[in-house]
Amino acid sequence: MLNRNSQPAIHTLDQISIMEPEKYTLDNGIDVYQFDSGTQDLLMIELIFKAGTWQQEEPFSALGTNLMLREGTKALTSQQISEKLDYYGAHLETSVEKDHAFVTLFTLNKHLTETLTVLEDIIKNASFPEQECSVIIGKQRQTLAINMQKVSYLARTRFTSLLFGRQHPYGQTIQPEDLEINDTDQFARFHRLYYHAANCRMLVAGKIPAGFQMLLQQHFGGNDWLRELQPEVHFAAAPSAEKEIFIQKDDALQSAIRMGREMFNRNHPDFIAMHFLNTLLGGYFGSRLMSNLREDKGFTYGIGSGIVPFDHSGFFFISAEVGSQVTRQAVQEIENELNKLCSEDVNEKELELVRNYLQGSFLRSIDGPFALADRYRDVLLSGYDMNYYNQMLEIERNITPRQLRELAARYLNPKEMYLLIAGKQA
Amino acid sequence: MIEFERFTLSNGLRVLVHRDSSTPIVAMNILYKVGSRDEDPERTGFAHLFEHLMFGGSVNIPKYDEPLEQAGGENNAFTNSDITNYYLTIPKQNLETAFWLESDRMLNLAFSQKSLDVQRNVVVEEFRQNYLNQPYGDAWLLLRPLAYKVHPYQWPTIGKDPSHIENARMEDVKAFYTKYYNPSNAIMVVAGDVDTEQILSLSQKWFGSIDKNGHFERLLPAEPEQNGERLLETERNVPFDAIYKAWHMCDRNNSAFYPADLLSDILSAGKSGRLYSNLVMKQQLFSDLNAYVTGDADNGLFVINGKLMKGVTFEEAEKAIGYEISRLCKEPVEPDELQKVKNRVESLMTFSEMRVLDKAMNLAYYEFLGDAGMINQVVTHYNTVTDSDLLTAANRIFSNQNCSTLRYKAI
Repeated sequence: MLNRNSQPAIHTLDQISIMEPEKYTLDNGIDVYQFDSGTQDLLMIELIFKAGTWQQEEPFSALGTNLMLREGTKALTSQQISEKLDYYGAHLETSVEKDHAFVTLFTLNKHLTETLTVLEDIIKNASFPEQECSVIIGKQRQTLAINMQKVSYLARTRFTSLLFGRQHPYGQTIQPEDLEINDTDQFARFHRLYYHAANCRMLVAGKIPAGFQMLLQQHFGGNDWLRELQPEVHFAAAPSAEKEIFIQKDDALQSAIRMGREMFNRNHPDFIAMHFLNTLLGGYFGSRLMSNLREDKGFTYGIGSGIVPFDHSGFFFISAEVGSQVTRQAVQEIENELNKLCSEDVNEKELELVRNYLQGSFLRSIDGPFALADRYRDVLLSGYDMNYYNQMLEIERNITPRQLRELAARYLNPKEMYLLIAGKQA
Repeated sequence: MIEFERFTLSNGLRVLVHRDSSTPIVAMNILYKVGSRDEDPERTGFAHLFEHLMFGGSVNIPKYDEPLEQAGGENNAFTNSDITNYYLTIPKQNLETAFWLESDRMLNLAFSQKSLDVQRNVVVEEFRQNYLNQPYGDAWLLLRPLAYKVHPYQWPTIGKDPSHIENARMEDVKAFYTKYYNPSNAIMVVAGDVDTEQILSLSQKWFGSIDKNGHFERLLPAEPEQNGERLLETERNVPFDAIYKAWHMCDRNNSAFYPADLLSDILSAGKSGRLYSNLVMKQQLFSDLNAYVTGDADNGLFVINGKLMKGVTFEEAEKAIGYEISRLCKEPVEPDELQKVKNRVESLMTFSEMRVLDKAMNLAYYEFLGDAGMINQVVTHYNTVTDSDLLTAANRIFSNQNCSTLRYKAI
């Protein structure tokens, strides 16, 4: 007789082998990290520049430059660039974070020669033509105006400015007036200062074809785009004195809640354990916040928490959109969950659940070449290699209830957190 | 090429197995052939609400998620007009937990009143978060009933109105389950480092004894041909005007689907698509503008929608869209441009074969359409489309009398 009442035996994942990338350096000094893996004949080629909002002097320089790389070069118009990439079935992604900017090409190997040529041209010879700049800025203006109607956007952007101050790169967000731009030369200037070989690293993943290293060397390894590194800049955070902020939005049906505080980054010895604690609190479907506010109370479609590490700092946050009428109760329940973490030991069963979930989730997160590259990028930018994850798995295996309670008491006391609500005043 | 084997259990459950030994993760996808098109017009949003209830405990297992997480697995689900699709990934050594969990909720649910009460609230919050408390979020709530007068595609998967969800009763839930959640109405795909023998024996062990049959015939009213242009104007508190245009077209299984889909790519795939390059970048009439097909199991829609730049009138916007449409109806597409959209299809297909979960989901979907083997012929179908096929498709679809327009006006 089939026993449907008890779960089939679970095997814990004792050995997870993690692939290290092959590392080499192009003649001009660019370090390349390469994962030769996968079953399909395709590649991801990513250039990483220290060209984030941390480096910019005007509020839209970093994002604007990154967005407009593909809008024209000395040789190709915006239209020609798009035609070429689309013709070869390639896909180009560009993005900017606080500390870095990324340009990523996804391409079939069989079209590599053509697509790599376009990538090289974009990176080295972007010309920021006036007409395209003004279209892109106009589009950004509309996007921003729409975002500013969303409680989630209002809460998310205002929240970091509470933690770091509006003048600080981590607290600054683009305002409508920042997009009234007269000086479009700023993009070419920013490009010249930060998009060059000395400020670049490369991450490659997929089925690496023969002769690939030489091809990279030809396109990106020369001294033609080697310029001087800019001196490091530093900023002091200016956290808000007010700990609780309400943003009024009268027609809102839901309130966006953000609660949290400044937090350390991956270089801090408590980071991995905090990641564990965060998962337990709000980092997976079965987390305490989800179980309480969604699965027990039905206050929200989703609630979660996370730690966002930056190069020079980081922050912890809890976020949810909840029905306007239950906003106060929702905040209360979040505080209850935090207080419980600070005062009560996690039981063995839950500890094991989170541990197993994290291990499975890690295994999934290194499955396939692009996934490997994603995991590697996280640690590379903090100065580590894949061995970081072996330490992580080890710490996760040995973490104790007492350790978690002490961590919570030290870092997750709700009284030390900022609270921001965007919505209708109940 | 995605190779697979399939077998059917005696209770009607269809099972497909795809082997990929390059990964330690196994994906399991279970597709139930029920979507919002199967709902009662007075109780819409039900298929999706039901998806939530499938996580509220089954007859022998009080919680679905916890044992799965305990085994290092993760899952999710989605509902659309045609199907409700549940999927999970799990380390291969713990695959049996997936069989245990999925078979129990196919066997019977716990039907807890608490779960129903809570999930009604959760879904109403989802309704607000994604449709009502979101600029332009209700556009499809307006566009669907404009385009469909008879067929159940006239309401979105989330439902017509939150009150339909608030009024869901336990007896409705049970009846829905009895009718649709049966082995013969499901397709299961397992993809990963597995072999068919092993999956056959696990399937028989866990699913083989589920002996129930809610045989039903799907009798949906066909949408009659539209014979007049439709226009709806609405005013909302949003920053910019937006426009939505929808034309009726064929279903996903019709061979005319491929040229129609390529037409949408010619208009808007990548930044070199005609709409983006001409109307966004050059003429600056729109801040964004997209074309796509819904690709439904019954006759679907060809949609163009976008947001107008400040100061542009609806008349100017529609005239510009009309011009691009008329070009498709009159001028053959240049060979290079046609090759471009075909290359894109091939590339997307190659990228979609990287992960076992994507492969499992796609196999299940094509099996639902009629034959999972279609997945390996899709690229050929697109490749054989000619410029004259595109002209035929364009002229068939883009008539004014076949068009519904929603002018979403900012106030």
